[in-house]
Amino acid sequence: MKTALQVVVIFSLFFTVGRLVAENLPPNISQKDKRFSMQSLTVKVGDSVTFTNDDPFFHNVFSLSPASTFDLGSYPQGESKSVTFDEAGEVHIECAIHPSMRMVIEVEE
Amino acid sequence: MFSRFVNSACLKRAVIPLAVSMLCITTSVSNVSGNTGSQHEVVGDIILRAGDTSLAAWKLPELPESHNDGLIALGHKLFFDTRLSLDRNRSCASCHNPALGWSDGLATARGIDGKSLARATPSLNNAAYGTIFTWDGSAATLEEQATQPVFDNDEMGLDPEELLTRLRADAGYRRMFEDLFPERAINITAISSAIAAFERTIVVNNTRFDQWVAGDTTAMTPAEVRGFGVFLDPARGSCGTCHAAPNFTDDGFHNIGLESPASENHDSGRYKIRPVKLMRGAFKTPSLRNIALTAPYFHNGAADTLTDVIDHYVDGGDKSNLSPEMKEIELSAQEKNDLIAFLYSISESPETSLQNSISVAPE
Repeated sequence: MKTALQVVVIFSLFFTVGRLVAENLPPNISQKDKRFSMQSLTVKVGDSVTFTNDDPFFHNVFSLSPASTFDLGSYPQGESKSVTFDEAGEVHIECAIHPSMRMVIEVEE
Repeated sequence: MFSRFVNSACLKRAVIPLAVSMLCITTSVSNVSGNTGSQHEVVGDIILRAGDTSLAAWKLPELPESHNDGLIALGHKLFFDTRLSLDRNRSCASCHNPALGWSDGLATARGIDGKSLARATPSLNNAAYGTIFTWDGSAATLEEQATQPVFDNDEMGLDPEELLTRLRADAGYRRMFEDLFPERAINITAISSAIAAFERTIVVNNTRFDQWVAGDTTAMTPAEVRGFGVFLDPARGSCGTCHAAPNFTDDGFHNIGLESPASENHDSGRYKIRPVKLMRGAFKTPSLRNIALTAPYFHNGAADTLTDVIDHYVDGGDKSNLSPEMKEIELSAQEKNDLIAFLYSISESPETSLQNSISVAPE
């Protein structure tokens, strides 16, 4: 009985910690089949977003929006790049290599 | 080695354990369960066998059928009309010549007054499948592309108002536009729509490669099939990443080493539209359909022949801002010959192409 209780406590603890960690992870956007896994996303100022290349060829992520201008360069399958948004506004995201890959991130105060 | 051989019987055993499966794939085995025993090269997930289901991505999808024959007819008339150029000497077909693979056979295009332009004329083959247009992606739609050269000072040099004046003065055009757009006067949007509708009829989807993908075992020669393997194999040609299924393009932009930033007439390409470092010297990946009919090659016409094209990729060109997809490759003489043979298999025969061009020629 005591062992069973210990298992339940450990499992609950593990689950809770896991959930807290997951909740605090930056949103991860997959680049798969020449698409972003989300077309739009809302984040807060100071939040980071991670982009993971899940295609068997290189991708890029950039934005020329005034609220956030960045270029994450090119990276192959399995690699990720992150960007932190320091200003509020609408950020248009694109892959320079494959321009049909587009999404919008709304950065709120 | 990425490329390998597999017996057709092996491939039907998808449920056998992985270890046995791998043994099947990495070793060429004899015929099992009454199959022909013929061996087919496997590259990645693709089995180089006519009609194999792994080739499905290479089958061009059916295009939505246009029911607006009037719009296509109007676009046809406009496409061949020299009144769309300032000096009334050039039509769209002057550069996009149907008898020359909808290109012009020149290294770089000729514009108004015969002026030599900076870039080659892109073929219009399979433009209907495109998602972005022109070498630098300056046109997001085929409609945008359709009138861009007409109003470009160096290409056809016409002013939009002058174009409208010329067309409104023509009774034939007035009648066609009134039939199609009874509520509106002749306008640029309608002109663009009509030319784009005509351009969408320029489809190459029945080459010998297409027939082979559909299951015709006799459509391609063994050399051509081997060439397709070279084309796909990341360890050899590595062409298929950018010249991707089904239209032999990723509608993407890559610097393939043709532009040196140090050169005086450096063309920054896509960078003008998207000023991101990766795009400096990058140009749109052209479709390869009918490539055998559209020499010279590349955005600047730098390659006269398909052999020159392949040699450029082996050499690697200018390394200053190469696309990450430009890998160092080595090809044997046979692999080069096979690759060229394959490129002919994705092209119509000159006779077929000529017949198609006659069918669209103005009456």
